[in-house]
Amino acid sequence: MNGSSDLVVYEEEFNKIDEELNNLYRQANAKVVFLVDKNGQLISSVGATHDLDTTSLASLTAGNIAATGSIAKILGEQEFTILFHEGEKDNLHISLVGERIILVVIFDQRTSIGLVRLRVKKTTENLEKIFDEMTRKAEQEKLESKLEDSPFAEISDDDIEKLFM
Amino acid sequence: MSFINYSSRELNCKIVYYGPGLCGKTTNLQYIYNKTNPQQKGKLISLATETERTLFFDFLPLALGDIKGFKVRFHLYTVPGQMFYAASRKLILKGVDGVVFVADSQVDRMDANIESLEDLKINLTEQGYELYSLPFTMQYNKRDIDDIAPVETLSEALNPTQVPEFSAVAPKGDGVFETLKDVCRQVIMELKKHY
Repeated sequence: MNGSSDLVVYEEEFNKIDEELNNLYRQANAKVVFLVDKNGQLISSVGATHDLDTTSLASLTAGNIAATGSIAKILGEQEFTILFHEGEKDNLHISLVGERIILVVIFDQRTSIGLVRLRVKKTTENLEKIFDEMTRKAEQEKLESKLEDSPFAEISDDDIEKLFM
Repeated sequence: MSFINYSSRELNCKIVYYGPGLCGKTTNLQYIYNKTNPQQKGKLISLATETERTLFFDFLPLALGDIKGFKVRFHLYTVPGQMFYAASRKLILKGVDGVVFVADSQVDRMDANIESLEDLKINLTEQGYELYSLPFTMQYNKRDIDDIAPVETLSEALNPTQVPEFSAVAPKGDGVFETLKDVCRQVIMELKKHY
């Protein structure tokens, strides 16, 4: 497939990402922290997510970042790396991690924008390292073409048919 | 660009419905939404104007089931069809895994179909894709209206490489799931090639 390459997350990296998000959630005293890729796929979330439609949130956040990214380009900016939405009770802090990941923090009056920004900065550095490592690993695996243990190699028309029954 | 999560054993793919204004992209999604089990679908989100014209995109997440122990999710998007929303349209194509082109069968919409298809090719090229190497399904919608072009004419004008094509009446659901199923099949087969 052309264009950007697929995002493949293995268990080891996934646990590391989760740990980083949990740290941020605690240290920033946030309500919810989640990570989305720029195409709108939710990667991971922590916090009070039970009442939240995280799938829709992920897709809309990515749409938001894409729209503001285009506005930035029209203005001659590379990108707006931080977006902040202030509500009556809850606020939203959206920032970019590397080229393709979006970090979202939902927080209320129990914490402050200053603390959130500070903690997000540290988390972003750590996440960038994890994603760099992940990309490297995915490329290597592709080069070594570990097709024999791929779960997708054996997919048949029947499997696809069953999805629609 | 699919998202494969080996930890939660999930596979997420993005499908975009493209086509000229008022061709029935949103109607396709609405029909799918109405006919899918509540457990299998998320909310249908429409960023539309007051007159129900799509402003940015519609979004429908579908969880179809399992393949080889992986939960398969398709995220369906539509683009705003009207020409002046060109900038928004480009954004939705980011990371697309499969494309459905919904053509309006009415004779007087032929030019709009051709223009939209050209727009699709250009926008994909800008993202580093080539339309005919992507999973791609063609749908000829509004087959129940009087003044429509024959399928052969539409096919000749819009489908030179003969990708799978379906006739449809989206509000009634004719051809809607056939189209969806076909593009999903192509996306999964593409994944199979790469992983």
